[in-house]
Amino acid sequence: MFKDNELKRIAEARAQYDEVIKKTIARHPERKGTFTTISGIPVDRAYTPEHIKDMDYLRDLNFPGEYPFTRGVQPTLYRGRLWTMRQYAGFGTAEESNKRYRYLLEQGQTGLSVAFDLPTQIGYDSDFPLAQGEVGKVGVAIDSLEDMEHLFEGIPLDKVSTSMTINAPAAILLAMYIAVGEKQGVSAEQLSGTIQNDILKEYIARGTYIFPPAPSMRLVVDTFAFCSEYVPKWNTISISGYHIREAGSTAVQEVAFTLADGIAYVDAAVKAGLDPNVFGERLSFFFNSHNDFLEEVAKFRAARRLWAKIMKDRFGVSNERAQMLRFHTQTAGCTLTAQQPENNIVRVALQAMAAVLGGTQSLHTNSFDEALALPTERSVRIALRTQQIIGYESGVTNTVDPLAGSYYIEWLTNEIERQAQEYIKKIDDLGGMVVAIEKGYVQQQIQDAAYSYQRAVEEGEQIVVGVNKFQIAEEGERPEILRVDPKVAEEQIKRLKALRARRDNLRVKETLELLREAARDSSMNLVPRILDAVKAYATEGEICGVLREEFGEYRENVVL
Amino acid sequence: MEGRKIRVIIAKPGLDGHDRGAKVVARALRDAGMEVIYTGLRQSPEQIVETAIQEDADAIGLSILSGAHEYYFRRVIELLKEKNAADIIVFGGGVIPEEDIPILLNMGVKAVFGPGTSTKDIIEWLKGAVESRRFAEV
Repeated sequence: MFKDNELKRIAEARAQYDEVIKKTIARHPERKGTFTTISGIPVDRAYTPEHIKDMDYLRDLNFPGEYPFTRGVQPTLYRGRLWTMRQYAGFGTAEESNKRYRYLLEQGQTGLSVAFDLPTQIGYDSDFPLAQGEVGKVGVAIDSLEDMEHLFEGIPLDKVSTSMTINAPAAILLAMYIAVGEKQGVSAEQLSGTIQNDILKEYIARGTYIFPPAPSMRLVVDTFAFCSEYVPKWNTISISGYHIREAGSTAVQEVAFTLADGIAYVDAAVKAGLDPNVFGERLSFFFNSHNDFLEEVAKFRAARRLWAKIMKDRFGVSNERAQMLRFHTQTAGCTLTAQQPENNIVRVALQAMAAVLGGTQSLHTNSFDEALALPTERSVRIALRTQQIIGYESGVTNTVDPLAGSYYIEWLTNEIERQAQEYIKKIDDLGGMVVAIEKGYVQQQIQDAAYSYQRAVEEGEQIVVGVNKFQIAEEGERPEILRVDPKVAEEQIKRLKALRARRDNLRVKETLELLREAARDSSMNLVPRILDAVKAYATEGEICGVLREEFGEYRENVVL
Repeated sequence: MEGRKIRVIIAKPGLDGHDRGAKVVARALRDAGMEVIYTGLRQSPEQIVETAIQEDADAIGLSILSGAHEYYFRRVIELLKEKNAADIIVFGGGVIPEEDIPILLNMGVKAVFGPGTSTKDIIEWLKGAVESRRFAEV
């Protein structure tokens, strides 16, 4: 990008500058001996064209909407339409969550994002013994199609796009969504949204797995195949680095492990005979936006470029839409502090800004009280307003990828990509992501990073405002917090029992036996059979129960 | 008992899979010279108490972020009483609202460490608590 003689002149000037620096530092030492990003990448004092001398604009950046999509997947990005403001919400019963969704839609939110409670995420009905104490706590309790009908009552599924954070039983919840659509007169072809459906990161970082890797991968691939044919506008997976980062990974690890998961899914789907030029368009990603503002912007750009190369070079994908890394972002829950919680509003704003400058397609901003409890309506509104202020007031949305060409941003983008490629090579050498997870390699890498971060905080090398510096003696009034009424579980269980008594149980049994048959025959797609069972009002626990019997359950390889 | 290493069970009760804090604490306690048994995810209170008794543990640390803390702490403490093991120290951490802490302390939880706690504070507290427990035994 720079001429040789220009680089030579800069190198000469740098030699002089280094002399000046020596004198300056002798008089005024710098705050630290070495500076790094929050993820530990060394940071130079100042960046110059020398740092990016091998860069080629058209090859490495190109224009927004052009391969390798470093500058974004859309030519006009937010000049056309702002990102989808999609706040993750759900708690208690379907009716309560339905009210919160309608509130958020009234407030100007443009997409829904459903949080399910832990029993739902792990395929247990609300009356299962291990579900005690958890029903409706971190999300909404969904046992059957009946609950799903209540959840989306009065919400037109042809107009709203819905993201569902569901993984191990993703196919079941998608089937319920399709069935609700049918009841509203909305066909499956009209439905738009995303199911997370990313089982590999559950083994790595989040823990809501059910089945062992092989049948889990089959369920993922079956949803790819089913949706390619019947639900064409649906994003069939959201390959998630978010939880990997929350578990303590670095930015580089987040990119590397997420894309390595992506490679595993594409591999599995290709082996099953699907065309990556087709299903590749329906892959989406989910990233974290952490505190180190510039590192995060570079991270998003690096991830986009690296994925485009992987799809093109590794999988021979020629369809540009299938090379694009489209992603949702959530600000980093793990950075929020219980101490001086209002400070979290500022953290979230910075993180959201990094996501926007990184070109995200949709965004969730965390509520400032999340280190204390579930967010209240007021704190959720502030979080949403943060996005609206960035979108409508800050001006950063008026030009696409405004930080491009910054010596530091471009250098850091290159560096994150380079280090992520090294990790991906290591994982390939181990035999791919599934093997790397089974060996505990990925988990170990993340835990080492989490532990060294904690050490850095405790040694005071990493400042956390209000926690290890600038504390106040008295925290003062705690903000009002939201609680889930314990009656929720009772009501939910009562309703579940009533449903079991009322429905056509013979039909339920029939559909479950047909599902069992499909589970035993790996050439069959499971989704149509799941859909039949869902429509017969078989519960999620019953459907997963059949699959548990056939597939077995995963036991984690505990790594400390 | 003199000189025996402190033995701690770190457990994730319930269905929640967010175990970063539990693992960081487990590792810090181990680095501080304690014997740490981390149970892994999805443990029932029965399993946790069983492990603690079998391993002759001094303490059980529960990590809970799902909001189900009241239920799980109560159950673990009940079970310890039933098994005549109420002297095993129970402590915990996670996302636990401040006004719930007195409720937990009342039921017999010895300490609750919220987000942002230094592992050094946990180590120091645990050493003191185990020392008084062993002193009481003699």
